[in-house]
Amino acid sequence: MIEIKNLYKSFDDKEVLKGINATFENGKTNLIIGQSGSGKTVFMKCIVGLLQPTKGEILYDERNFLNMGKNEKKLLRREMGMIFQSAALFDSMSVLENVMFPLNMFSKDTLRDRQRRALFCLDRVKLSDASNKFPGEISGGMQKRVAIARAIALQPQYLFCDEPNSGLDPKTSLVIDELIQDITREYNMTTIINTHDMNSVMGIGEKIIFIYEGHKEWEGSKDDIFTSPNSKLNNFVFASDLFQKVKEAEVQNLEG
Amino acid sequence: MIKALRTVGCYVVLMKRAFARPERMHMFFKQYIKEIEQLGINSIGIVLLISFFIGAVITIQIKLNIESPWMPRWTVGYVTREILLLEFSSSIMCLILAGKVGSNIASELGTMRVTQQIDALEIMGVNSANYLILPKITALVTAIPVLVTFSIFAGIIGAFATCWFGGIMTATDLEYGLQFTFVEWFVWCGIIKSLFFAFIIASVSAFFGYSVEGGSIEVGKASTDAVVSSSVLILFADLILTQLLMG
Repeated sequence: MIEIKNLYKSFDDKEVLKGINATFENGKTNLIIGQSGSGKTVFMKCIVGLLQPTKGEILYDERNFLNMGKNEKKLLRREMGMIFQSAALFDSMSVLENVMFPLNMFSKDTLRDRQRRALFCLDRVKLSDASNKFPGEISGGMQKRVAIARAIALQPQYLFCDEPNSGLDPKTSLVIDELIQDITREYNMTTIINTHDMNSVMGIGEKIIFIYEGHKEWEGSKDDIFTSPNSKLNNFVFASDLFQKVKEAEVQNLEG
Repeated sequence: MIKALRTVGCYVVLMKRAFARPERMHMFFKQYIKEIEQLGINSIGIVLLISFFIGAVITIQIKLNIESPWMPRWTVGYVTREILLLEFSSSIMCLILAGKVGSNIASELGTMRVTQQIDALEIMGVNSANYLILPKITALVTAIPVLVTFSIFAGIIGAFATCWFGGIMTATDLEYGLQFTFVEWFVWCGIIKSLFFAFIIASVSAFFGYSVEGGSIEVGKASTDAVVSSSVLILFADLILTQLLMG
């Protein structure tokens, strides 16, 4: 479980995060949604330690991340996996080498065991056939799946996904969403997904946090969204006609 | 002034991170061998080509410009050797390598930064500066003395080529001049200087690449800044080192 307490982040004079409080439970897919520029990427970067918050607390299973020493942070980072918007695979390495990288760096297993584990992770994301290819030779969706395989190679406790569906077609997005949800349940991880893909919200949003202009505007599940009176949330989530119709149908269904 | 001091401070902090003990030695050596190939072996061709032609041109220029009945015939070989050993094969070759290798390092690290590959390393708990920069510095410092030696030999072969194929003077006169009052220390001076230049090229270029913020335009700018800064620092270092080693 990850708890965020009163998190602030400023860049020079501009306050981007304004006292966010949130709890992300394990075994659940926690989604952070919000408009572009609302501060959700800064929020995630603060949680994973890529940015230093101005004020606040970040607790990983009651361990305060911001008070940790360098070595403690390093050890905690080995419990984290992250899927970046651009997949961030290492260009100079093959798919198998990418997945083996964290194992080569931190695992004390033999080479054969590391290879076996990497191939298992690739098989888990259905990419065993692409193990010898390079990132430049595979599609965007496949790159994201390799990134998932790399992220779970060390069996992390915490999984972070920064816009995992960015640049993917709806069908591939669905595959990635389902994969993340399945893996979250399988490993009982605390998963935080940063997205503005409404299909993901409706599909896997077990817990959703809506960030608006740097503060937490709303919190709930995907079912709560349909009945929420929050106008800012409604304006964001149901901005398109399609989702407006989905909402109307869902409300009718609930009333009926 | 404050910006310049901040840049120097950031460079020192980055180098401190880079010169930590590697997490896994076998990963470090794997990277080191890869960088030796990328930065050193892949530069041999250009070093040999440039040195051969410059060696030939120096010989022709000296022969044409200082030819006089009062001047001993060995002068051409002697001056060619001194230019190659003392300045061309160490300093000028490193300036050329700053363009080739420096831009390569800065653009590679800059691209890794903007495509979040460095962030991915940090999230895994890897000291990205140590993993990416230290092998580059050590590989270039190892490879440069070899490249300098190759450059000296290629320059001398180029000088002989002007005798064999151009017939501007006899090879015997050139050979006599090349061997005339040979001081071994001059070879070492060139190699010692090149070690410092290698460190400058690799570390400064890595700093500019690693510190990129933004997109492709910033990567291009970092690459240019890396080459310009490395070149200027090499010239300054050359001045100081020449005074220290030869003075």
